[in-house]
Amino acid sequence: MTALIQAEQVSYSYPQRGLVLDQADLSLYVGEKVSLEGSNGAGKTTLLNLLVGLNKPKAGRIFAFGQERKIEADFVEVRSKAGFLFQDPDDQLFCPTVLEDVAFGPMNQGKTPEEAKVISLEVLDCLGMQGFEDRVTHQLSGGEKRLITLASVLAMKPEVLLLDEPSNALDKEARIRLIDVLLSLSQAMIIISHEPSLLEALVTRRTRLEEGKVLDV
Amino acid sequence: MPQFLEHSMTSWRGQEVGHQLGVIDQFDPRARIATAMIFALIVVFSKTLWLPFLGLLLAFTFALSASLNMKRTMRRVIAMDMFVLVMIIMLPFTMGGTPLFHVFGFAASEEGFVHAIGIALKANAVVLALLALVGTLEASVLGHALARLRMPEKLVHLLLFTVRYLDVISREYKSMRKAMKARAFVPRNNMHTWRSFGYLIGMLLVRSLERSERIYAAMKCRGYCGKLYLFDTMHWQVRDTCLIVIVAVFAAFAIFFGAYTA
Repeated sequence: MTALIQAEQVSYSYPQRGLVLDQADLSLYVGEKVSLEGSNGAGKTTLLNLLVGLNKPKAGRIFAFGQERKIEADFVEVRSKAGFLFQDPDDQLFCPTVLEDVAFGPMNQGKTPEEAKVISLEVLDCLGMQGFEDRVTHQLSGGEKRLITLASVLAMKPEVLLLDEPSNALDKEARIRLIDVLLSLSQAMIIISHEPSLLEALVTRRTRLEEGKVLDV
Repeated sequence: MPQFLEHSMTSWRGQEVGHQLGVIDQFDPRARIATAMIFALIVVFSKTLWLPFLGLLLAFTFALSASLNMKRTMRRVIAMDMFVLVMIIMLPFTMGGTPLFHVFGFAASEEGFVHAIGIALKANAVVLALLALVGTLEASVLGHALARLRMPEKLVHLLLFTVRYLDVISREYKSMRKAMKARAFVPRNNMHTWRSFGYLIGMLLVRSLERSERIYAAMKCRGYCGKLYLFDTMHWQVRDTCLIVIVAVFAAFAIFFGAYTA
């Protein structure tokens, strides 16, 4: 079975921080929910960025959805199939209203405004966020922002989810709700998290990023 | 910096002027922007005094029908009038004409006075009309309406992003400011204060730049290719046409009675 998304021997370094990934390997198969743990600054977010081509590896190869991906044009399709949930919801919610934000992805995938609206309302409904479509994004609470960003990623009907600290800064109630939502999703996921409750409830395989390499736990 | 000044510089919720729903709120945002625009042009190009005066009365009518909070509105208008006041004091002395009186040997001209009063009337009329017609719109609605009025897309995006992120940036500013206070920082007129504020502003710039990069990355992840899609529910109704007709009549009236030929 080939992996949905795979990093092979990738290396990456920042000018100031030096080498953060040193020939790291990571692969994600259908039905898996893989955790990616590691200390602050270990390069977890960098690795996810490499998978969707936001940064380009200095060495190594990225395979996604059955093809090797090299240049920016290759990654446009990858980003459409791999939903990336950012660490800070404020980075992701940039449209004035919730509906516009959730519909942004589907519209970029070529849906008509009506189709995009229907999809968005469906997804919001699924996440129990019905009635939020006309709310102004910057006035939502932390937990609401998190679920809306998840909706905006799910509206693109991704095959894979890349979650960067999804439970970051959520209170207990919001965290439990998020875990319930994530459990109900069928997509394969890579989850960056330090949260024991989230990891225990969700994850099928645990990995850890240490000294630039991904190790199985 | 005094507390209230710091507050008004950094605390903007991207929201309309607080007010109770009034007659004006029933009109389409596009009609309101167009009306404010036409009204401003009519008033500003007038060469007489009676037209700006009429304009000011009309602007008061707008303000009343928008049920603006008078106290807060007046505070904003007066803030602008501070600049106008300086000009009213300066203009009579800088414009030539029939001298009215002398101060330290400098002549104050009658023409200068008339001109200054004209400018004061115009400025107040336009600002009041803007606050009533456009200021009562929520900022994101304003952006949508401008987009529908075919304003350049880039400018509309700039406005919408500003509305969205001003609050985030001001939150960052406030949290850093609080962190400074928590370590017993009190602004004084010394090098340490200036340097600390320099760091604060520099850090704010760096953080904003980094955030903008993350936002762009998030947009790329969702397939952004240069276009934002706006949804809105604006309907142009008969009363919106009526509003435009009313200002058009005002314009015709002004032209007919020679407000621009004096």
